[in-house]
Amino acid sequence: MEESMVEAKPEPKQLPAAQQPQGPRRLFGQPLVRNVIVGVVALVLFYLLIGHLSQYRIYQLSQVGPYLIALVGLSVLTGQNGQISLGHGALMAIGAWTLTLMQLHTKSPLWLMLIASALVTMVFGALLGLVAARLRGPYLAGATLALALGLPDITTRYQSVFGGYQGLEVSQPNAPSFLGAAATPTEWLAIIEMICVVVVMILFANLLRSRVGRKFRAVRDDEIATQVSGISVPRTQVLAFALSAAAAGLGGGLFALVSGNVSPGGYTVVLSISLLAAMVIGGTGTLAGAVWGALIMVYVPGWATTLSQKLSLNQSVSANLALAIYGFLLVAIIMVAPVGVQGIVRLVIFKIRNLRKEPG
Amino acid sequence: MRNFWNFLLIGVSNGLVYSLVALGIVLIYRSTRVINFALAAMAMFSTFIAASLIDRNVPYFVAFVAAMVFGFLLGAATERFVMRPVESKSPLNAVIVAIGLLIFLEAMAGVIWGAKLRNFPSHFSLIGLKIGGARLAISNFDLFIVTVVVVLLLALLVLFRYTKLGLMMRASAFAPEVARLLGVRVGRMLTLGWGLACAAGAVAGLLAAPKVFLFPNNMDGVLIFGFTAAIIGGLDSPVGALVGGLLTGVALSFIGGYLGSDLENVGAFVILVVVLMARPEGIFSSMSARRV
Repeated sequence: MEESMVEAKPEPKQLPAAQQPQGPRRLFGQPLVRNVIVGVVALVLFYLLIGHLSQYRIYQLSQVGPYLIALVGLSVLTGQNGQISLGHGALMAIGAWTLTLMQLHTKSPLWLMLIASALVTMVFGALLGLVAARLRGPYLAGATLALALGLPDITTRYQSVFGGYQGLEVSQPNAPSFLGAAATPTEWLAIIEMICVVVVMILFANLLRSRVGRKFRAVRDDEIATQVSGISVPRTQVLAFALSAAAAGLGGGLFALVSGNVSPGGYTVVLSISLLAAMVIGGTGTLAGAVWGALIMVYVPGWATTLSQKLSLNQSVSANLALAIYGFLLVAIIMVAPVGVQGIVRLVIFKIRNLRKEPG
Repeated sequence: MRNFWNFLLIGVSNGLVYSLVALGIVLIYRSTRVINFALAAMAMFSTFIAASLIDRNVPYFVAFVAAMVFGFLLGAATERFVMRPVESKSPLNAVIVAIGLLIFLEAMAGVIWGAKLRNFPSHFSLIGLKIGGARLAISNFDLFIVTVVVVLLLALLVLFRYTKLGLMMRASAFAPEVARLLGVRVGRMLTLGWGLACAAGAVAGLLAAPKVFLFPNNMDGVLIFGFTAAIIGGLDSPVGALVGGLLTGVALSFIGGYLGSDLENVGAFVILVVVLMARPEGIFSSMSARRV
């Protein structure tokens, strides 16, 4: 009874914001308003930043976006709801092929294709969530790992639709005229991504502060107690999986745009496992941790390659160094302190604040 | 009809290898409630050790035993130094550590031996046996697989049923507190269990490599098939692992044979989901229900 009421209005928290605006400071205290302001400022700063970067740097930066969005989804699922997924790479693949096939067969505008990537993957994620809701820890890990392994084979099986081993090409959108002739497709794509990142971050930040977010955490911390308080555990888990999948699908769609093609080789088990590694190393369950994780996924392989070239190590070392580092960090972080980079950053900020307080 | 029998025979032969992987998963799961996803990498690493020895003209069977010993030591060291600190914490942590080990070992194999596909010797002929003019799908090597798996299973059966050590291991797995009170070194038994499990994994790697080739990710698929087998078998019974492996092997062989080999991985996912939805405690489990 109580539960159906909860489901009927999922996010009533933000609405009263307009009713009690006592000065700008109070308004800034509202999470939604604050998040939107921070998001817009970040967007403007980003736009100014890419004016000073080379095309290659912008391209590199635009690889962060897709991973970041997928990691936000994975991190919320695992860190906030307690469900593990080794199959988010496969979910990204679903988003990627959705966008590619729409681009190939329809004349949809870009925003529609991106939303479709998220929605199609969300539907698939909800189905997967129905399975996941009955499974726990290691069982779920195994089932999602099987998905990550099996799904790419579908694309080679139905070559005429999905393009087989070579995959399909994806054309990058041209910048609209109001940005001026100076904006290249690379820059435009980076801007689109930053918009998507900001929107996804704001949505998830608010979701986590809302009743839905509290339900996620309640299920993670104690399923029996949650069920006793009248919250449906399976329904919450399916919802978490669906929303997480939507983020992965959007990330996949953007990934297809950035890569310029989709092929099964880009969405192997290694992608799924790297996502898990990046999530843990960045800091599980926090949005800032997802940012660290995405930066690690893009820049660590590059640095590892440069490093092994400088040390004149052979090619097999440079190809595997990044993964070896991920694996080592994964084990070390869980054994020593399972908080990741974001946990360390938080600790440092906390220490600095304490230092300031003590003399005063 | 000949196809049917051939697919069945191939399925049994592959299934026995999946049984070994399932056995490796079960031996660890029932004592420490951890699913060792790193088993794939440990098996692969042990197989590479054997391959390096064979390259240096070491006889096949010596290399075979050396790989088993290496697998045993790797598994035992993993339990003692990596897994023990996280065993008592949330099950998610153990999964992540196992995945970390999987990535690390596969990357290290890539660093040491390269990512190239290579042949691994089978020692016995891979050419199908001839019976009355018709060539069967199974070879001398498949008969070798049957022999090895049967011998290993019998050895484990004797160990667990008829020796004091086996009794102590079972006690440590099912009633650690009581076992400890009675003077069993539970920690040591867990280390031994991990060692045995990973030695079984190493044998699976050695038996799978001639068919799936040898490269750092070569056992990923086999691990999932073995995991499926272990789930069907109920995760806590070695006999279940054997039957689960055979069922998985035969089912996948039919899927691969009649529908196309590229659907085997998808088939494993579907079987896994169906079994987990219908009977999450497995078909041969003695557990009445899975923990919430």
